[in-house]
Amino acid sequence: MTQLHADDLTLAYERRVVAEDLSVEIPDESFTVIVGPNACGKSTLLRALARLLRPRDGTVYLDGAPISALPPKRLARRLGLLPQSPLTPEGITVADLVARGRYPHQGLLRQWSREDETAVADALAAVGVADLADRVVDELSGGQRQRVWLALVLAQETGVMLLDEPTTYLDIAHQIEVLDLCARLHEEGRTLVAVLHDLNHACRYATHLIAMRGGEVLAAGPPAEIVTADLVERVFGLPCRVVPCPETATPMVVPADRRRARALTADTL
Amino acid sequence: MLPLASRRPEPPAGADGARGAGALRSGRRARLGWIALLTVLLLLTVVASLAIGAEHVAFGRVLPGVFSPDPGSRDELIVHELRLPRTLLGVAVGAALGLAGAVMQALTRNPLAEPGLLGVNGGAALAVVVVIGTVRADDALVYVWAAFVGAAGAAALVYAIGARGRGGASPARLVLAGAAVNAVFSALTAGLMLLSPRSFNGFRFWQVGSLGGREMSILPRVLPFVLAGTVLALLLARPLNALAMGDEAGRALGSRPGRTRALGAVAVVVLCGSATAAAGPIAFLGLAVPFIVRTLAGPDQRLVLPYSLLLAPVLLLGADIVGRVVTPGELETGIVTAFLGAPLFAVMVRRGRTRDL
Amino acid sequence: MRVMRAGAVSLRWEPRTAAVCGTLALVAAGAAVLVVGSGEFPISPPDVVRAVVGQGDRATEFIVTTLRLPRALTGLLAGLALGLSGAIFQSVSRNPLGSPDLIGFTTGSATGALLQILVFGGGAVAITVSSVAGAVLTALAVYAVAYRRGSGVQGVRLVLIGVAAAAMLEALNSYLITRAELREAYEAAFWLTGSLNGRDWSQAVPLAIALAVLVPAALALARPLGMGELGDDAARALGVPVQRTRALLTVAGVGLVAAATAAAGPVPFVALAAPQLARRLTRRPGAQLLPAALTGAALLVPADLISLHLPVAMPVGVVTGVLGGVYLAWLLSTTGRKGTA
Repeated sequence: MTQLHADDLTLAYERRVVAEDLSVEIPDESFTVIVGPNACGKSTLLRALARLLRPRDGTVYLDGAPISALPPKRLARRLGLLPQSPLTPEGITVADLVARGRYPHQGLLRQWSREDETAVADALAAVGVADLADRVVDELSGGQRQRVWLALVLAQETGVMLLDEPTTYLDIAHQIEVLDLCARLHEEGRTLVAVLHDLNHACRYATHLIAMRGGEVLAAGPPAEIVTADLVERVFGLPCRVVPCPETATPMVVPADRRRARALTADTL
Repeated sequence: MLPLASRRPEPPAGADGARGAGALRSGRRARLGWIALLTVLLLLTVVASLAIGAEHVAFGRVLPGVFSPDPGSRDELIVHELRLPRTLLGVAVGAALGLAGAVMQALTRNPLAEPGLLGVNGGAALAVVVVIGTVRADDALVYVWAAFVGAAGAAALVYAIGARGRGGASPARLVLAGAAVNAVFSALTAGLMLLSPRSFNGFRFWQVGSLGGREMSILPRVLPFVLAGTVLALLLARPLNALAMGDEAGRALGSRPGRTRALGAVAVVVLCGSATAAAGPIAFLGLAVPFIVRTLAGPDQRLVLPYSLLLAPVLLLGADIVGRVVTPGELETGIVTAFLGAPLFAVMVRRGRTRDL
Repeated sequence: MRVMRAGAVSLRWEPRTAAVCGTLALVAAGAAVLVVGSGEFPISPPDVVRAVVGQGDRATEFIVTTLRLPRALTGLLAGLALGLSGAIFQSVSRNPLGSPDLIGFTTGSATGALLQILVFGGGAVAITVSSVAGAVLTALAVYAVAYRRGSGVQGVRLVLIGVAAAAMLEALNSYLITRAELREAYEAAFWLTGSLNGRDWSQAVPLAIALAVLVPAALALARPLGMGELGDDAARALGVPVQRTRALLTVAGVGLVAAATAAAGPVPFVALAAPQLARRLTRRPGAQLLPAALTGAALLVPADLISLHLPVAMPVGVVTGVLGGVYLAWLLSTTGRKGTA
């Protein structure tokens, strides 16, 4: 059994059931990426892994214990989450925001230990925003802001980090910047689980891919082993070719040219 | 920072160019259907308002009472002298408040915006208390003009404060400026009111909005203002639609947000000032009516404004009728609107899709 | 930021925040001394202090401790309570307009008191009890209506429902005022404006007891409350029991509003303005509970002092409304930064 896994989850919002009998394993020290079409339940699964959503049935285990049994702070010292749209308190500085990541390590009499100080400084340095420490977060660019939020999760010093669409609303250069950063955090020995929209990014950065559709896992494994034209068609309903990426040799999904296909059909008529 | 104000703007439904001509035509038919329905509803309410009251009036006496009252008939005189002016006042005040609320919510992009929030009620009330305290308190027409001036002054002040500073007159700033001005005015009002039991006595009745017990010569005085404000507001439907998409998108579509806001504020002041002057502060109508209309008709101001115009008097007269019959001694209209409006509003908030919040 | 460490214990504090708090406390206490000194028989500040610590002559001591000190203390404590509850509600609803004055709690408290004054004709204790009951019932109703399974009580919905409740209760208050005898109605209107006139120990003592329980409870939850400003998801991922924190703080906040209103009437604007002022004074983001509480006291007591020195008797609510409103208007017109308002 791996460190983080979920058994037979039934996930549901008020009336709508999103997934039934869903089981996943997150390989230890992997960079796991969950992909799938909109509303396939991938963000819901991530929320269940982070205990933001209580499964109607089934259990999520962390280090062999059900996460629902852990006290909130203890869970937060082992598992961090970057939500899809966190709120930035108005007028807060970068250093103050990142310092809030230390909450699970603090208490009434332990408000700012030396470890807190080091963790925040390290996190700021790790994402490359140490020189922005005294700036107000509202004034930063989208990419910088996302890095600051990553630093917050990093300062939490957890072995597992869950990231819900960390690249949304960023331009391509900032997307790559954030993903490179994630890859580095993974290489340093953390387990990362991310929901990503871009399939090519997922193939390029993931060591383990989980492909979902309609609340079910259709395939799981290293991208090079599982990503085929057939799988993409089954998951996304998109006809495509899968070719090796010229840069990284990971699988690259190239959508089929429907316009040309249409033109050909028209010619034959 | 004000989640209320940053409600994501919806593209107006009517501006959807992708829809086919057939869909547009049926949309127009639906629109005419709604207008017809609301008009019929309004007429029915007017008839009910003429026929129902604390005094029993034979139904057959209502129409003659309106058009050619027989001086010998008590019923017909009641209809002509008491209920007809009161009903007309209700139509004018209701229409003005409903429309003003709709314009204000569009201007501030805030579903919470209310005539009271822009300081109009506060300004009107302060002016009336000043008049009650200083001038001869018997002449009701003096109150009217005082309320009008106070309302306009307050709104201008709110706009001036809200529009200063780098951000300009953003929705959040306007609402907060309104809250600030209102607080000052209502504190001053309370202070003046408490100076003497005499001024307090005059004001405690005025400060509960009501269609009954008003000087009926008020109606012809405020009617021109209500009409002018109505025309101005209806002309603003299109620019307000553009404003709903945010200042920048609106500007990109060729609208002029600054001008729309200024004209909209003028319309609001004229409408609210007249209504408050005529009937005192009436709670909730300006808040609830546009809210109800938007859940029925969507965000297109070309629908919201006329529907609000028609629906608001229906509700106001309905509240007035309820107030006439529910207790022996008539409940003031403003109290009834609050008691009927608030629960309805709460239900809608609970059901509401997030876009309305 | 400064840190004090000793072994495993580490405490952090902001020098600016500490200085602001100290100054605010001095302002409030100083104004309270002047309030005690004001009246038909003026007493100098040193004499006031001597009388309070039991070193003055008997006549002065009687005037101070029996007649005037309860009023000053009630103002001080009500200010603390209003400022603190305003900060709590504005943070919980994530909305500067989510203050208890606007979402009906204060109005409900006033309705309870009005019913007692005008309909049942109860005395001071009965007024206190029914005013607290009014606030609590209003809060319960607003929360029950705003609660929805799955999402719980969401900020915007809470504010909207609260505004509706406030409008309804205001209409009820007006109704009560118009139906009453002029003299009684006049008295009730005085109370409705928020007034510290004629407060004695029977108001000050219950308020002090309520604060002794609720203030430490609220301050202990300040840190998780601040975390909630990152959004529910982020806060919960950091180990904050979001719903529980919110529920406990709401109970504390309602209790504070109820206690303050029962003692001083629905003093306007302190709960709305104090948290905003505290944030600007400390220049810290998010809810500043202790500074907001002290700002509340530093607003209310000086306002009472002003009301005592006006040429005509004015309830303190008139002064807080004017001062607070003018200050907020000034703030809005000078601070141009988008969103700071």
